[in-house]
Amino acid sequence: MPQTEATVPGTKNAPKLRAEHLGVVYDRDGESLPVLEDINLDVDDGEFVCLVGPSGCGKSTLLNAMAGFLSPTSGSVSIDGEMVTGPDPRRILVFQERGVFPWLTVEGNIGFGLSNLSRAERTPRIAHYVKTVRLEGFENSYPSDLSGGMKQRLQVARALAVNPDILFLDEPFGALDSITRVIMRGELLRIWQTERRTILFVTHDIDEAVQLADRVVVLSSRPAQIKDVLTIDMAHPRNISSSHYLELRDELLKQIGLAYEI
Amino acid sequence: MNSLAQPRAWERFFWPVVAAALLLAFWHYSVVWTATKVFPSPLSVEKGIAELAAKHVLWADIGDSLRRVAIGFGLAVVIGIPLGLWFGWNPGANQTVNPVIQLLRPISPIAWIPVAIIFFGVGDHAAIFLIFLGSLFPILVACVSGVSSVPPIFRDAGRNFGLSTPQLLARVVFPAALPQILIGARIALGIAWLVVVAAEMIAVDSGLGYLVIDSRNSGKRYDLVVAAMLIIGIIGLVLDLGFRRLERVKSVRWGFRNAS
Amino acid sequence: MKLFERLRPVLLVATLLAIWEVAIDLHPGIILPGPIAVAGGILDLLRHGLLLKYVVASLFRVTWGFALAALLAIPLGLALGWYRRGEMAFNPLVQIFRPISPLAWIPISILWFGVGDLAAIFLIFVGCFFPLLLTAMNAVHNIPAVYINAGRNFGLSPSAFVRRILYPAVIPQLLVGLRVTLGVAWLVVVAAEMISVNSGLGFLIVDARNAGNRYDLVVAGMVIIGFIGLLLDLGMRSLEQIKSFRWINSEG
Repeated sequence: MPQTEATVPGTKNAPKLRAEHLGVVYDRDGESLPVLEDINLDVDDGEFVCLVGPSGCGKSTLLNAMAGFLSPTSGSVSIDGEMVTGPDPRRILVFQERGVFPWLTVEGNIGFGLSNLSRAERTPRIAHYVKTVRLEGFENSYPSDLSGGMKQRLQVARALAVNPDILFLDEPFGALDSITRVIMRGELLRIWQTERRTILFVTHDIDEAVQLADRVVVLSSRPAQIKDVLTIDMAHPRNISSSHYLELRDELLKQIGLAYEI
Repeated sequence: MNSLAQPRAWERFFWPVVAAALLLAFWHYSVVWTATKVFPSPLSVEKGIAELAAKHVLWADIGDSLRRVAIGFGLAVVIGIPLGLWFGWNPGANQTVNPVIQLLRPISPIAWIPVAIIFFGVGDHAAIFLIFLGSLFPILVACVSGVSSVPPIFRDAGRNFGLSTPQLLARVVFPAALPQILIGARIALGIAWLVVVAAEMIAVDSGLGYLVIDSRNSGKRYDLVVAAMLIIGIIGLVLDLGFRRLERVKSVRWGFRNAS
Repeated sequence: MKLFERLRPVLLVATLLAIWEVAIDLHPGIILPGPIAVAGGILDLLRHGLLLKYVVASLFRVTWGFALAALLAIPLGLALGWYRRGEMAFNPLVQIFRPISPLAWIPISILWFGVGDLAAIFLIFVGCFFPLLLTAMNAVHNIPAVYINAGRNFGLSPSAFVRRILYPAVIPQLLVGLRVTLGVAWLVVVAAEMISVNSGLGFLIVDARNAGNRYDLVVAGMVIIGFIGLLLDLGMRSLEQIKSFRWINSEG
């Protein structure tokens, strides 16, 4: 597999996030299992990048390494020029499901990372993000009263409340039904367009990637390397019936190695 | 979940009453038919309860038993939960200390009585020590188990938000483990109630346990013996139910599967 | 690293024993024995053949009391768990009897059985019956509805249903309950022997103290009690590990 430098030349000076020769090898009972191999990726500030690849290829591992939950076996990740050595509130990871704290209300969850603020600063902040993710009326509800989609929205609100530079999302809509998924994609884009952050989004859903991302990074199967990077040069809102969309989608399918006739 | 039709609401009161009535009838007639001179009939037990209540000794005894349980159980909670959380968080510490715990746990608190008497003499403090011992182990076990079953996702999220380890333990691990800790505490309270009665039968001279043994020893008052036993059962049940109330508090209910 | 990990608990125990011994040696008049005296006590018991005799006596009572309780409580509990009305009827009664310490039954047990083996077995029976009853009832409640429905869907006869769905489904929980209750039985037998019989490990403890303040034997008895209780627990745990019983750990 040819290695691709995933830089978009000439846009910004320094990338927000840079992964250089990133490699992760797991040690399972004495046997070494390479999961990621020589990943090189630059992500610019405010970009929406999707990582796609076959199941089990290591997308989540890559995300965890970039967010600082995993130490890479080789190579490094730096954000704003600073090496990533651990998790940090400046880069929040949104999990696939069950990430919200069930013992806290909606307000409690959103305010979780805000404990160093005074009550006067915290309350309007929480209210703002309740509104942003459209959970008004549920401020004092517990997660057990919320649907799956609402819980994911809550997680996003909790992440946004601490004003991170980067949002990592690990298949956040994977556990939701397909109708809710479409709605949530719209929500995420809406939020992203108002509160511009850098987003790295892992998904196995090809349509999702083409609908959301500025760029789609295609990973090979394990040990994962970057197979290709596809630029989605469509403005939002994207017409998902347009021929350009379908072209990009087909291109992506081809990159992953799937036929488009079943 | 059964092969018969859904029971109606009134049946929740009907059937227990029927069962209790049957039991009382069986009891009454056994006493009558065997013409026993000693074993009390339900009526004499009822009179016995009234007698105890009137004599005012009953309330003092109940108070003594409850007080000992409160102190012993309270100590076990205050010491056991932080210790248990630490053991659960530090698999190394747990692995080191666990064998000692597993060796001490099967020793009935009652077997500790001679040793307890050496240290505390006969009386309240010895009883409280025994209650503490009996309550400590279930709490420790529940804490360790609760901590280790906190999903890693919560720990990761906590670290992601920049929490230090003590903050993580207090704001994420402890609330996440709380449902299991509460179950362990409820079991420990039940054990505490068993131990206090047993301890009072042997090592102190007040309390409900002492009432049981004393009623027999000084005058073979089996009506009072059974009366005391019933009171012990009822208070133990009340303690258990009260504790279960705690498990319904909203910020903990999520951890209990059957909570609607 | 692994070797050190294995040794750590041993080191802890050794350190505690050392502290204990030193503390005793520093207080010459003290009645509490040090670990060396306790070890001597254990050897003493072995030499006089008392150790084996007492252990067997205690185990004998536990076995009978526990087995009787299990044989009665488990089928009854399964039936009550299944028939909602039966449970409604008896649950309040069980809830009142359960918190009554088995030892509180001593006057009644002496009345009915006198002083001796039977009384002790009765106490153990009482101490095990109610917890096992509740365990069996709960085990039935926790059978996932999907299994029940599948059984019905495939048209199983009642006896086949019990054999092929009910029994496998409740076994893991029953085993855990049996293990815990066996621990309770072991606690009760010791306590019961301290009060109402004249053999067994519990009796050893009171007798050693009453007949001559032999605290080395008292603590020796405690150590043996702890040790055997641990063995019983480990034995039951190995039952839980048998593959066909382990399904509950592999389900979601």
